[in-house]
Amino acid sequence: MKIEIKNGRLIDPKHGIDRKASLFVGAGKVAGVDEAPPGWRTARIVDASGLVVCPGLIDVSARLREPGFEYKATLESEMQAAIAGGVTSLACPPDTDPVLDDPGLVEMLKHRARSLNCAHVYPIGALTVGLKGATITEMGELAEAGCIAFSQADAPLADTQVLWRAMQYAATFGYRVWLRPQDAHLARGGVAHDGEVAMRLGLSVIPSAAETIALDTIFVLARATGARVHLSRLSTREGVERVREAKRAGLEVSCDVSINHVHLCEVDLGWFNTHCRLTPPLRGVRDREALRAGLADGTIDAICSDHTPVDEDGKQLPFAEAEPGATGLELLLPLTLQWASADRIPLGQALSKLTVDAARIVGIDAGHLAPGAPADVCVFDADVYWRVEPRALKSQGKNTPFLGLEVPGKVRYTLVGGAVVFEA
Amino acid sequence: MLKAVNPQLNADGALQHLLTLEGLPADVIGRILDTAVPFVSIAERDVKKVPLLRGKTVFNLFFENSTRTRTTFEIAAKRLSADVINLNIGVSSTTKGETLLDTIDNLVAMNADMFVVRHGESGAPHLIAQHLSASERSHIHVINAGDGRHAHPTQGLLDLFTIRHYKKDFHGLSVAIVGDVLHSRVARSLIHGLTTLGTPEVRAIGPQTLLPTAVESLGVRVYHDMREGLAGCDVVVMLRLQSERMKGSLLPSAGEYFKHYGLTAAKLALAKPDAIVMHPGPMNRGVEIDSAVADGEHSVILPQVTFGIAVRMAVMSILAGS
Amino acid sequence: MEAALATLAAAMREGIAPDAKLVGIYSGGAWLAERLGEVLPGDHPVGYIDVSFYRDDYGKKGLRTHVETTTLPFEVGGNRIVLIDDVLFTGRSVRAAINELFDYGRPESIELAVLVDRGGRELPIEAKYVGASVSVPPERSIVLSRHLDGSLELSIEDDAGAVR
Repeated sequence: MKIEIKNGRLIDPKHGIDRKASLFVGAGKVAGVDEAPPGWRTARIVDASGLVVCPGLIDVSARLREPGFEYKATLESEMQAAIAGGVTSLACPPDTDPVLDDPGLVEMLKHRARSLNCAHVYPIGALTVGLKGATITEMGELAEAGCIAFSQADAPLADTQVLWRAMQYAATFGYRVWLRPQDAHLARGGVAHDGEVAMRLGLSVIPSAAETIALDTIFVLARATGARVHLSRLSTREGVERVREAKRAGLEVSCDVSINHVHLCEVDLGWFNTHCRLTPPLRGVRDREALRAGLADGTIDAICSDHTPVDEDGKQLPFAEAEPGATGLELLLPLTLQWASADRIPLGQALSKLTVDAARIVGIDAGHLAPGAPADVCVFDADVYWRVEPRALKSQGKNTPFLGLEVPGKVRYTLVGGAVVFEA
Repeated sequence: MLKAVNPQLNADGALQHLLTLEGLPADVIGRILDTAVPFVSIAERDVKKVPLLRGKTVFNLFFENSTRTRTTFEIAAKRLSADVINLNIGVSSTTKGETLLDTIDNLVAMNADMFVVRHGESGAPHLIAQHLSASERSHIHVINAGDGRHAHPTQGLLDLFTIRHYKKDFHGLSVAIVGDVLHSRVARSLIHGLTTLGTPEVRAIGPQTLLPTAVESLGVRVYHDMREGLAGCDVVVMLRLQSERMKGSLLPSAGEYFKHYGLTAAKLALAKPDAIVMHPGPMNRGVEIDSAVADGEHSVILPQVTFGIAVRMAVMSILAGS
Repeated sequence: MEAALATLAAAMREGIAPDAKLVGIYSGGAWLAERLGEVLPGDHPVGYIDVSFYRDDYGKKGLRTHVETTTLPFEVGGNRIVLIDDVLFTGRSVRAAINELFDYGRPESIELAVLVDRGGRELPIEAKYVGASVSVPPERSIVLSRHLDGSLELSIEDDAGAVR
C-alpha cells in the first residue's frame, strides 16, 4: 500500500535529517522523503502532526522466551510488545531452551517470527554447544540459518583457550562475536555490585574487576585473532574507560548498554527490590554517570532493552534466588527519551543509539530512511507521559523496576516492511 | 530514582515488623531496651509467664537450622503465654515445590499472628513483610531471626542491652568487633545499633578477606592488626568463624586464624582493665576465643543468653501491641 | 491532697495487720506506698508493682511506653498484702495487680487502699481504706503527680481516653 506520513518531524540520524518532512512508503520500501516520487498515488495518509517520525527502532538484545520458556512469554506476546514499543528489528540471545546451537531451531524461530508479521528477528547463535563453554558450534550452518552473530548470552566462558579458539574460528569467516565482559570466576555466586548497598543488604558481590579483567582479556584476544567483537552490556566506569582507550588505539570494537543501567544504580535496590536483580548488576552512581558520558561521547554505540520477561514466581523470591532480568521492549524508547532530555542530548543523537548505530552492530541495512531502505518506521508522540503499570504493557513480562513511574513517549504507529502493524 | 518504603514502621511510625536495625530510630531502639528490663526479672520468678500474648499464635519458621535461636524465641513466646509452633523447613523451599510465599499464605490461613523467620538468603523476611502488607494482612508481624548475612536484629538488640547493662552509656565507648564481618549478620546489626545510639568508636578487626570492601561507610574503623585494634577498648565482641570459611580461599586454617585473630588473655590485656568480652554463640573454643577467656571474669557471654530472652520478649510484646 | 492522705493514713493505722506488706501500683500508687511506709507506725516493708504486662487493654492500646520493673522485697506467698493505688475508678488496674501478685505466690490476704475513690466501677472491686471520695465527669481524669522535691499533688485533667 502506498502510504504518506505527513506533517511529522522527520528524524533520520544517519542522514542528519531533523525537520518537518513527509515520508512516502510503498512496496515495502521508503519511496521518497519530502517529495513523492513521480506517478505516486497515496492510498493512505498518516497524519503525524505533533509527532516524531523516525526509523523503526533496533533492539540489540531482547529475549523472546521461545523456544522453551513459553510460560514466561511467547513470540506472539513479545512481538506485540516490540511493535508497541516502536521496535521493528531485534536481536535475540541464544539462551533459549534448547539453546540456539542447532540450525533447525534457528530456522524454526525465524519462520515463526516471519509468520507473525511483526518485527524482524535476528537470532544470535550460541558460540559453544549448549552454551557450556567447551565445544564451538557449527557457526557456518548457524549463519546460513540466519544467525547474525555468536555469543554465550550470560553463560560464563571461563576457559580462555576455548574463547581464543572460538574467536579465531569466527574471525576466519568474518562472523561477529558478541561477548559479555564478565570474568566467570570473579562473578561466581555474586548477585550485586561490590559496593555499599550489597554490603548493607548482605548480598554476595560481583566486583567491577570482573568486568575490567574480562575486557582486558577480550581486547588482547581480539587483537590476536582479528575477530569482530561486540561487547554486550557495559556496567562499570572503568569498563567505559577501557573501551574508550581501545577505540582510540584503533581497535574495531563496539559495545552496548542496557537502558536499565542508564537510569538505575545500586541504591535503587532499596529493600531487596527483585525488579532490580539484573545481570550485570546495577552498579554505583559514578558508574552510571560514566555510562551516560560514554553514550554522549560515542564510546558506547547502542542502547538496548535487554528485554527479559520473568514470571511473578521468578521474582517473588529472596533477592539472590530471584531470576535476573527486566522487561523492557516497550520502555526502550520512553527511557531513552528521558535520558536525552535529562542530559540535554539532541533527539537525533539519542535516536541514533537505537537506529543507525544499532543497525551497524547487527550488520543490517536498517535504521535509516533513505529512499530504497526497508520501510520500517516508528511514529511517536514525544511529549505525552504515560504510567508504567502491568496492564499498560503488552509483554507477558511485567517485571520492570520502573513500575508506577510516569515516562515520556508513546508510539502511535509502527510500520514494518511498509505495512502499519501497530497503531494507537 | 526509585522510591523504597521501609516496611518496618507503619504509617504512624510505630514498629510493625522487626527486620533490621538499619534505619531504626534511636528512640525506638531505646524503648525496646527499656522494655526488656522488667522482662529480665520475670525470669527470676517462680511463675515466669505474663499474659500479654495469650491466645496469639507464633510460628517459628526456620529455613536454616538453629536450635539455640529457635529455643530462645520459643521460650520468649511461651513466657508471654503465646502458643508456639516450630517449623523446620529444608534449606530450599523451592526444591520442595512450595514457594516461600505459598508457605506463608498457608500459615496465615491457620491464623498465624506472628512469624519468627530465619532464612539463608538476605531479604527473605523483607519479602514476607512486603507480601503481607500487599495482601492487607499487616496485623501479622514478622521478626527477622537472621537472614543470610544481612541482619539479625534481635541479636543486635541483646548485644546493645548487654553493653548498656555493663557500661551504662554508649557515648564514650570504644567497641571492637573481631572476625568474619563480611559474612556476619550479627556484626552488621550491631554496627547499625551502635552507631545509631551514638557510639563514637566502632572498630572492625579482621583479615582483608573477611571484611567487606565498603565496610568503612558503615561508620567503622578498620584494623588488620588485632593488637592495635583492641588497644583501649571497652567492649570486645568476638564473631563466630564458620568452618566453611576454612575451605575455599578465604583463610588457610583455624590455627593460623587463632594466631592472628583469636582472643587470648594476652591480647585482651591491651583493652581497658574493665573491658567486657561478648560472643553471639555458639563459640569455637580455640579458634576465635581462648577457653580461659571465654570462661574468665571479663566474659559476659552467659548473661547475653539471659538478656536474649528478655529482649525477644520485649520485641514481641511491642509488636503484638501495635 | 494532704487531707486525703491524712484520712487514708488514719484509716490504715486503725485497720491493717501489724505484719502487713505494702505494695504500691506504679506510678501514683508507688509514690503513695513509699510515703505511707514512712508515715505508718510499725515496720511495713514496701514493694512496687508495674501492671503493664497484666492490663486488659493491651490488645487495643499496646504496651505502655514506659514499663517499670516490679520489685517485691518480700515473699508474696503466705503474707498479708495491702495494695495501694492513687485513684480507684473502673477497678481494672487493681484486677491486673491482683493477677500479677498471684503469679508471685499465694498471699494470705489482700486489702486495697486508695487515695481517691471516684466511683465508676466496671468490676466488683472495693477499697477497704479510702482517703477521699470524689465525683468527676467521665471525660476527665484525676492525676497524682510528683514534683522534683518529692511533694505530691492531686489534680483533675482533661483526659484523652486513658483508662485508670
